[in-house]
Amino acid sequence: MWTWFHRLASPPTFYRLADRLVPWLGLLAAGLLGYGIFGGLLLAPADYQQGDAFRIIYVHVPAAALSLSVYVLMAAAGAVAVIWRIKLAECVLVAAAPIGASFTALALVTGMLWGKPMWGAYWVWDARLTSELILLFLYAGVIGLNQAIEEPRAAARACGLLALIGVINVPIVHYSVEWWNSLHQGSTILKLGRPNMSADMARPLYAALLGTYCFFGVALLRRVQNELLLRERGTAWVKEQLRSAHV
Amino acid sequence: MAAGVIGAFTAVLRRELRLAARARAEWLMPPLFFVIVVTLFGLGAKPNDPLLADFAPAILWVGALLAALLTLERLFRADYEDGTLEQIFIAPAPAIAAIAAKLSAHWLLTGLPLALLAAPLAAALGFPSAALPALTAGLALGTPVLSLIGGFAAALTVGLPRAGVLLPLLVLPLVTPIVIFGAGAARAAQSGLPADAPLYFLAAVLVLGLTLLPWATTAALRNAFE
Repeated sequence: MWTWFHRLASPPTFYRLADRLVPWLGLLAAGLLGYGIFGGLLLAPADYQQGDAFRIIYVHVPAAALSLSVYVLMAAAGAVAVIWRIKLAECVLVAAAPIGASFTALALVTGMLWGKPMWGAYWVWDARLTSELILLFLYAGVIGLNQAIEEPRAAARACGLLALIGVINVPIVHYSVEWWNSLHQGSTILKLGRPNMSADMARPLYAALLGTYCFFGVALLRRVQNELLLRERGTAWVKEQLRSAHV
Repeated sequence: MAAGVIGAFTAVLRRELRLAARARAEWLMPPLFFVIVVTLFGLGAKPNDPLLADFAPAILWVGALLAALLTLERLFRADYEDGTLEQIFIAPAPAIAAIAAKLSAHWLLTGLPLALLAAPLAAALGFPSAALPALTAGLALGTPVLSLIGGFAAALTVGLPRAGVLLPLLVLPLVTPIVIFGAGAARAAQSGLPADAPLYFLAAVLVLGLTLLPWATTAALRNAFE
């Protein structure tokens, strides 16, 4: 088990594995996102109170879920990078930050666009909205720190420490609607037993959620591959890789 | 071993305080900055605007935060450049004792004066005197966390040429809970409500910070040497 794990963490093995995974994940992402968006925008019935405005959840909920998941992944990669100094974990950490920041920004913007007609304001200083905004700043801090330190390995480890301290914010965002009296509604889909949403509406949402995770997988793997090529550019396996790709 | 830890802690703390006594301008700057920022709020608003008292908790907390930020870049910089930090890491006593002493000294020289200065400044803004204990208690509990988080961020950026630009970006998102609950305690007391809950929360954050951040700071400084 451990030898397999060590082999996976070696850059050339991971690079080739990613090459094999990306087309399948990409296909899955396209299919699920295609169904999720098509089903959400056209097939699902309009909400009895919100009308068609509710359809933004097919983008908002996946983006918000990813904004938290990516930070947790970043912190986990940071822990591995700081404790075991595995190069691959450093690349994952550095590669995940801009993607996570984009999802956070997307969740904030879609939430604001929905908030204007529904709450009557683009922005309210409410626990969940504010902590999501702080999450965006935390991502910006990791990106900024990584770019400021020249030596890439030291930069990644510093970012790992920062991500580990910042991860305290994630449960605050996630549980803020339960802990505080927030304007943001509670979770409707991640409830076991009786979901608070009709199946016609929920099915495309689950598809969009899974599809967004698959899309994140594709984007992350490609970015990690780039990072690996850049960091290992002097090594034999990169030269061989480039030769076989006829670059 | 334990004696080594305490010995290293007191030795570094004494050194920090002695250095500060010789360079008074350096640690007098943050309180002065704090006073000027609050004065500017008073001058920017209408004369004797009653709204200033309503905004006093936010003004004082943000002012204290910015004043504390000023000194962070210097926290480890001089020791990093002249090799003192390297000596701390190769010394037989654990490095964390010396780092904790530096963080404590930073609070004694920056956070504590700011916390003490807040009460007269709050009175100048028209803040009710009955609520001053809650404001001061909040700052007394919150400023050590500012020193701890700020020290951690300063350690992450210690070797960088332009750390001053990056530091606020790293520190400010992490200190938002402190500002929310610190200003919240002052606001609760201002409107005659009990301020215990936010103060207990601040105390809890302080305990959490004391247990985690000295280790994280030491790890970040060690990372800067490799």
